[in-house]
Amino acid sequence: MTQRVQVIENILSANDQVALENRRLLEAANVYALNFMASPGAGKTSLIEQTLKRISSELHIAVVDGDIATSIDADRAAAAGALAIQINTGGECHLDAIMLKSALSELDLQGIDLLIVENVGNLVCPASFQLGTHQSVLIASIPEGDDKPYKYPGMYRGVDALVINKTDLLPYITFDMDYFRRGVEMLNPGLVTFPISCKTGEGLDSWIAWLRIQVSSHSIK
Amino acid sequence: MHELPVTESILEIALRYAGDAQANRITDLYLVIGQLATIVDDSIQFYWDIIARDTIAEGARLHFKRIPTQVKCQDCQLEYKPAELEFTCPECKSFRVQIVAGNEFYMDSIEVE
Ligand SMILES: Nc1nc2c(ncn2[C@@H]2O[C@H](COP(=O)(O)OP(=O)(O)OP(=O)(O)O)[C@@H](O)[C@H]2O)c(=O)[nH]1
Ligand SMILES: [Mg+2]
Ligand SMILES: [Zn+2]
Repeated sequence: MTQRVQVIENILSANDQVALENRRLLEAANVYALNFMASPGAGKTSLIEQTLKRISSELHIAVVDGDIATSIDADRAAAAGALAIQINTGGECHLDAIMLKSALSELDLQGIDLLIVENVGNLVCPASFQLGTHQSVLIASIPEGDDKPYKYPGMYRGVDALVINKTDLLPYITFDMDYFRRGVEMLNPGLVTFPISCKTGEGLDSWIAWLRIQVSSHSIK
Repeated sequence: MHELPVTESILEIALRYAGDAQANRITDLYLVIGQLATIVDDSIQFYWDIIARDTIAEGARLHFKRIPTQVKCQDCQLEYKPAELEFTCPECKSFRVQIVAGNEFYMDSIEVE
């Protein structure tokens, strides 16, 4: 005899639960956390380096680096002055809340103002796994092409800020900025956007100003 | 792709509910997937056939129900099904829209015996 059993449970509920726990841990220590997502090579680590260079004198910053196998990025973040923790995902294409949780347990959160999580380079999977960070930032880059919002709508729809890196390459690459921005506007209207170059430093001031406001408005409440 | 951990999670949930119902076998699983969820049914089926083996869910059929995206305009309150990418309100052209359906990814029920 067959019987129907009602379930109604989110498939990713285990991850979401842990993401909530992470958020509570961060809140309790008054840490503001960002999730950096991008395709491979867009400039996540470069932006972390540039950011550290500009504000590590005013804020205590920790970086958690997700990487399939190496510690290259965590080493770069550490060299730039951050407290850096490496997570090797062992082949997984994204970080999940459980991986972040174990990284958090290695950090003294009380001493940290800003936590930056560098997700695995991938425009699909990281969007589905909440980590418990406060906001997520997508780093796009000029050489990827202007059609990426149209091809990866899930990623563009879910983020709170967009950085467009490698603007120094605009003269050499066919990239229709209006077409790109129309795609972004359609998917994520009013998204705050920072065109920057980690190479020349162009545009980084506005990014840093925004970041300062996020951290300070978080620590007030 | 992350369909393997997702499929493991599906198995874990199904076994837990079947255990609570003291079932001997799971025959069917009913899953609801919103159009916006980046989940591929075929890969889940592929992993399912492997990981359900030697459990009481071996051979169970997976049923996928796709939920179309539905959004609501925050300015004129219109509810509509947007075109694949264009979310802008067709009535008042507002950008301020809220997703009311399409992000679902849950198990609705299972059939056991
Ligand atoms: N021309 C130019 N090159 C840049 C810029 N930012 C980063 N790069 C280069 O792009 C390459 C990748 O940069 P990373 O910062 O390692 O990128 P990532 O997103 O961290 O890469 P993964 O972690 O491997 O996914 C490096 O060779 C950087 O030097 C930029 O603004 N302009
Ligand atoms: Mg990197
Ligand atoms: Zn409207």
